[in-house]
Parts: sequence; structure tokens; C-alpha cells
Amino acid sequence: MDQSGFADLKPRLVLTGITKRYPSVVANDDVSLSIRPGEIHAVLGENGAGKSTLMKMIYGVTKPDAGTIMWNGQYETIAAPAQARRMGIGMVFQHFSLFETLTVWENIALALDEPVPTAKLASQITEVSEKYGLPIDPYRLVHSMSVGERQRVEIVRCLLQEPKLLIMDEPTSVLTPQAVLILFKTLRRLAAEGCSILYISHKLDEIRALCDTATVLRGGRVSGTAIPRNETNESLARMMIGGELAECRLAPREAKEERLKVERLSLTSPDPFGTSLKDVSLTVRSGEILGIAGVSGNGQKELMTALSGERLSPASMIKLLGQPAGNLNPAQRRAVGLTFVPEERLGRGAVPPMSLAQNALLTGARKGMVQRGIIHPSVMKTFSKNVIERFKVKCGGDQSVASSLSGGNLQKFIVGRETMLQPRMMIVAQPTWGVDVGAAQLIRQALIDLRDQGVAILVISEELDELFAISDRLAVIADGRLSPSVKPAETSIEQIGTWMSGKFGDRADDRAASANAHLETANAQA
Amino acid sequence: MLKLERRATPSSIMSVASPLLAAVGMLITGFVLFKVLGKDPVEAFYLFFVKPVSTTYGIGELLLKTTPLLLCGLGLALGFRANVWNIGAEGQLTMGAIAGGGVALWFGDSESAFALPLMLLAGVLGGMAWAAIPAFLRTRFNTNEILVTLMLVYISQLVLSWLVHGPWRDPQGLNYPQSQGFGDAETMSILISGTRVTWGIVYALGLALVAWIFSQKTFAGFRMQVAGLAPAAAAYAGFSEKRNIWIALMICGATAGLAGVCEVAGPIGRLQQQISPGYGFAAIIVAWIGRLHPIGVVFGALLMSLLYLGGEAAQMGMGLPSAITGLFQGLLLFYLLAADLFITFRLKRVAPVEVNTLKPPVRAETAA
Repeated sequence: MDQSGFADLKPRLVLTGITKRYPSVVANDDVSLSIRPGEIHAVLGENGAGKSTLMKMIYGVTKPDAGTIMWNGQYETIAAPAQARRMGIGMVFQHFSLFETLTVWENIALALDEPVPTAKLASQITEVSEKYGLPIDPYRLVHSMSVGERQRVEIVRCLLQEPKLLIMDEPTSVLTPQAVLILFKTLRRLAAEGCSILYISHKLDEIRALCDTATVLRGGRVSGTAIPRNETNESLARMMIGGELAECRLAPREAKEERLKVERLSLTSPDPFGTSLKDVSLTVRSGEILGIAGVSGNGQKELMTALSGERLSPASMIKLLGQPAGNLNPAQRRAVGLTFVPEERLGRGAVPPMSLAQNALLTGARKGMVQRGIIHPSVMKTFSKNVIERFKVKCGGDQSVASSLSGGNLQKFIVGRETMLQPRMMIVAQPTWGVDVGAAQLIRQALIDLRDQGVAILVISEELDELFAISDRLAVIADGRLSPSVKPAETSIEQIGTWMSGKFGDRADDRAASANAHLETANAQA
Repeated sequence: MLKLERRATPSSIMSVASPLLAAVGMLITGFVLFKVLGKDPVEAFYLFFVKPVSTTYGIGELLLKTTPLLLCGLGLALGFRANVWNIGAEGQLTMGAIAGGGVALWFGDSESAFALPLMLLAGVLGGMAWAAIPAFLRTRFNTNEILVTLMLVYISQLVLSWLVHGPWRDPQGLNYPQSQGFGDAETMSILISGTRVTWGIVYALGLALVAWIFSQKTFAGFRMQVAGLAPAAAAYAGFSEKRNIWIALMICGATAGLAGVCEVAGPIGRLQQQISPGYGFAAIIVAWIGRLHPIGVVFGALLMSLLYLGGEAAQMGMGLPSAITGLFQGLLLFYLLAADLFITFRLKRVAPVEVNTLKPPVRAETAA
């Protein structure tokens, strides 16, 4: 599609001077953008740049404090999502709102503003889903579907209402690379039919591949507009973060002794909709980073709780520094030398209403902060001040409460805390999820520095680029099973993508896995 | 137009002001209530809140009733901070009274100096044993402690009733359902002469200080607070949930049990069918008014004690029903919960929406 193809079309949606203030932050400040029929328009920005707030105002979830919204040439006040849907605006949220115990058509029926007879609805679902290359069975129960399939339900739900504008909020974060390509085909087809698409993302490659135009947000303000295919990743990033992207360097390094060994770990998930771990084996050695990729909801959470000790397993299945640890609780594993950065920062990695100093005490009790059961505030203070300084945590000091920090700064504090506890084995989940580019770089570098000091590190992440950049070896988790591990240089995004859909378990792959295991032992001996 | 809006950070001013606002709300409603009942509100207030504490004896009574409220409130507050919802302090208090009373009856007319210390110890252990039941059921079978602790209240009261009607009934007691009176060796000495207040209030205040040190300075107190504020963070850090539940329930069992034995070894002087006018339940309100802070609980207990005295005075002086005490307690909690909303929210005046969004565009449209 050509940019000039829109020139004679009247804009479908024009936002002018949109401003939205929250008590602690101005989420949008004088934001304007316009989108024409058939245009795929990217809204690009780091986390916290105000993308989601802007979309919520278009979809009627919140109202702007100032500014105007013009729809098909008329000023409109969008008071509620139902009104937005009637106007022809559909939105696919980043976090789905589906009932897992209901079927596809039941979920869709619930979201419709007008009742439609079952049989008719089911045939409509089949028809629309096939037309756009997103086949789904209307009678399937949602809990049996993968995350990618659930996203299809959400998209089909929007398409049934024949939207004139479709808003997609970070749609690819839950998809395999192959599924992303299918989604792009669907979106291009929709656009060709005249539907406008607002595509929110911070992934530059995707935006350059898909979008016709882009509005870049930084700190709630428009920092630029662009035609993505005429830009480079670097130029877009400069608009997005206002500076250059630093590269992190992973110097080749020889891994030493085994720090973590998981052998044939199988654990049934207590959650009926969770993923059970099946026969997971892995090793992480001193001075190496093992990255685990995978689409979210494929057993990452279960693997994390099994490794941290929040869920116990037979002692011999997990060995920490050579010692059986499957039956040790989190405190005992920490005593052996394990530290841990969880995916969820507020509420798990940090206690929201407590100060940073108190949050240092959360896992740092062994570093002299507690003696004979009594807390020593001065040790707490010194430790947290060191973390704040070394990891450039932006905050009011060690007495700031955790919930007052931005996601990225809190993550820097948590990674810093766990790093400065001098671990011998460190496990990190989603190290840079929701973190801005600058902070992400600092966190990745901190992990690499730690590896260079001989710490064994396991990183679980959904960002493939990140894993390729910082891992010595890569493995994929799919449906609770773990693939064999490979060096990033010896694999490709495509192969990892195939593994992410679970295709590594047949006999041929098993042979490959055992060959790989031989390779690993050979490496270890070398 | 007014709108509730979440504050960026919880207001520390409101968290202190909220109990005061609640007290004011309670007084205003009480004022209206007395007016409607045809009583002179000023006189009623005087009778309710001032007259009971206008004499030394009255102050003694205030401290006397403060004792069990404070003891139970301290234990409950520590548990509530850790998300352990023990609402059965009344039952633990009753069991403490039974255990302490049992020891007193065993000593009988003995003049032994060990009698009273052993009674107090038995009271503490009795309360702890009763609290161990919900602790065990919760940690072993994940049973809801709210239900178990509440149901155990009624069981403990029936046990007490059976004892004073049956095996422990005073043979010379004209068939009244009560035990023999305790001897001097089994009774706590009076703190201020001319009143009924015992050394129990000193123990309670001392324990408030201990509770403050425990919750502020010890790692065990920190662990319990983390468990209450963010259970997932406690699990992540490796703080044992079971240990927290046991500690919380054992502490409350101990303080409530002590409250029970202080009642029977103090003003009551024997075991009888009813030993508490609901101190264990009122202590739940005390804990909340005191912001779950040991020093705050001291003030909460004093206020609640005054409500008990005022209620009694209003019954005698104005012929109001005994429900008046419960009514004021309920009003206080009601207003407290309402005012607590403003710790995390604030009222904001918002201009009508039309003014903003129908404003004509201020500049040319940005057609790319």
C-alpha cells in the first residue's frame, strides 16, 4: 500500500490537543494525530510514554481533560466503550478478558451489545474467522486454547462488529514469530478493505514491516511523526528514547562448574488452567547465561516457582551447587547462594507500601541487617543506598516507598538488590518487561557483568531479541516441556519460533537433543 | 460535580485523622439520636462521657475495663497486620479464664505464693491452646480462621457454662451457676486504693510496649508485616506462612487468655456464666481504631472502655436500653471504615465534561 493512496481520503479519526492528567503524572500532553481509512498507523513509545492512555480515551474507557476527538468529520464525546463500539471502534487489549470456563461463542455473545441467536452467531464466527485467516472453532472451551488462539477470539469478537477502526495494544507480545506473520496478513487484509488500524508497539522491526505511518510518543508528548519504512531502527529509537541505543557486549567466556542442575523434573500444576512441567532437564554453569524463551503461559511461572522453592519437588530433581535442593524452601535455597528476580515486581519482588530500605531487608537479612532477631536499620540503609547509587535508581532516597517508583526504576532496584547479595546462582524472570530502553540496557549489562564474575544465570524472557543478545545458550519452553539448548549463533529466530510452538519433541528431535547433550558434556570437559 | 479519585500515595495525615473523624461522626449521630429520644443531648453527653470518669473510682473503672480491651486488642492487631483474621479473642479470653480459674479452684483455700503466678500462666496457656486449634486447622487443612475462631467462641462459652453448672459449681452457692469465690492468694492486688483496678493494667501497658518493640524492631515482626502487606512477597522472600500464622495466633491467644484470667482473678473473683460483656469482639474495633499500632491500640482501648462506662451510666441515669453501648461501638466502626476510604482516595471537584470536549479546536488539524 502506498502512502499517497490516502491523500485524497478524509481522515477517519482526528485527535487534537488531547491532554490527560493523573494525580502523579501527566499521561498525555497536547497529543494530536489523525488516521485515514485503510491506514495502519503505529503509536510508538516506551512503556509509560502514554500510548495505552491515549487508546483508552479513543475507546471511551477514560475521558480526556482537554482536547477534541473528531470522528468522520464530527466532534464526538466518547463516554463509554459501548458507544465507541456503536461508532465502529474496536479494541484488542494486551490482557485478554475471556472467561476460561466458557466456549468461544459464549464469550463473544457476552461481549455483544445486541443479542444474536446462537446458531447464527456460531456460523458468523466461523465465517469471519476463516475469511481473515484466523480459524477458530466457536464451540471450543477457552481454557483449552493457547494464548495465540485466545487473541484470535478477541480479534474475531471485534471483527464481528465490522469496525471502521481497530486498536491493537501490543498484540505480538504473546505470539510466536510465525504467528506474528499470520496476524500481519490479517491486518493488511483488513486495511485493504478500508478499516483503519491503530497499532501500539515498542518493537521497531514490526512497525517498519507493517505500518504506513507512525506517531512517536515520549513522556506523554508527541516527539515526532514518521513513515516507518523510510526510517531505520536507530532513527525511530532516537525519536522514542531521545538518545542512542547502546549495544551490550557478550564476550565469549568459558563456563565452569555446574551451579544448577535440573533432572527430569515433572510437576503437576495445582491450578487446573496452569501448565504442568513435563520432564524438564537443564544445567547452568558458573559464568554462563542460559536463556529460556517461550510464549507466556507455557510453564514459565511453574518453572520459576519450582526453582525458587515456592513449590517443592523431590530433592534429587534439583541440584543447587551440587547439593540436592528440590525439597528446600526459598529461604534455604537463598542460604545456599541463590537469588531471584521475579516477573511480578510490585507485590512479589517488592512490598509496595514499604520503603526501599525495608525492601532491602526483604531478601537481605543474611547480609548483617538482622542480628539475633533484631533489625539493624543502619546496615539496611547503607545497603539500599549502595543499590540506589550503583544501579542509578531514580527515587527520593532509601526512604521512598516502593510503589512510588516507576516500573523500570523498581526493577533496577530489585535486580540491584539481588545482585549485591553476591549470589552464586541467579534466576531472573522477564528482566526488562515493561522497562524503558535505557534501564533495560543497564539491567542487561548488570547481568552480563555478573556472568563475567563467574555467577551462573538463568534468564526466562519473552523477548527473543534480548535472549539472543545476552544468552550463552538458549532453550525454549513449550507446553511445560523444555527444548534442548543451543548457542544463539548456531540457531535462528525461525528455529526458535518453531520450537516455541512445541515442535521439538518427536523422535528425530529427541536424537538431536541427546546429541546436544553430548555436545554439552564435551563443552564442559573442554 | 464531585468525584472520588485515587491518591498517588496513601495519605498519612488521613490515617491519623480518620479515627478522630470517626469519633466526631459518632458524637454527632449520638447527638441527633438523644434529641430524637427526647433527651437533652448536652446532659446525655455529660452523663455518657464525662460523669463516669469524674471520680477516682470512675477512673479506676475506666482502667479496669481498658485492661482486657487493650490485651485483646494488642494480640488482634499483631495478627491483623499479618493477614491473620482471628475474630475469636472472646473465646480465647474465656478459655484463659477457665484455665486460670481452674488453677485457683485447685489451690482452694491455700495461702501459697505460687497460686497467682500459676493462675496467670495457666490463663496464658489456656488462651494459646484455644488459639492453637484454628492455627493447626489453617496450616494443616487451610481452614478459614475467621469461621473457626468465631465458632470456638461459642464452644468456649458452653464449656464455661457446663463447668459452672456442673463440676465446678459452688456447693454453698444456693445453686447459682458459679464457682466458689477465690481466696486472697488467688486474687490480684488493687493498684489504686478506693478503686477496683488491679495490676492487670500495668501488665497490659507493659505488653503494649513489648508489642511495639516486636513489630518495629524484630525480624519476626517485619516478616509478619510483609505477610500482611504482600503475601506473594513473603513467599518470594521465603518467609514461612505457617510460622506467621502460628506466631500471630499464639500471641493473641496468650494476651486474650491473660485478659480472661485478669478478669476472674480481679473484679469478678470467681468463675461464673458470663465473664465478659464482649471485650474480645469490641477489641476488634479497638485494633482498627488504633491503626493496628500498639500505641494506637492503647488509646483505642481507653475510648472503647469509656463507651462501656457511658453505656452503663446511660442505662442507669436515663433509663436507656443496654443496646446503647453496642450502638455507639457500631457507629464508631461504621464511621471509621467510611473515613478510611479517604486514606487512599480523595474527593475532587470536576467541571462538567461538556465544557472540555465541545470546545472548538484551538489550532489547525494535523493532516500528515
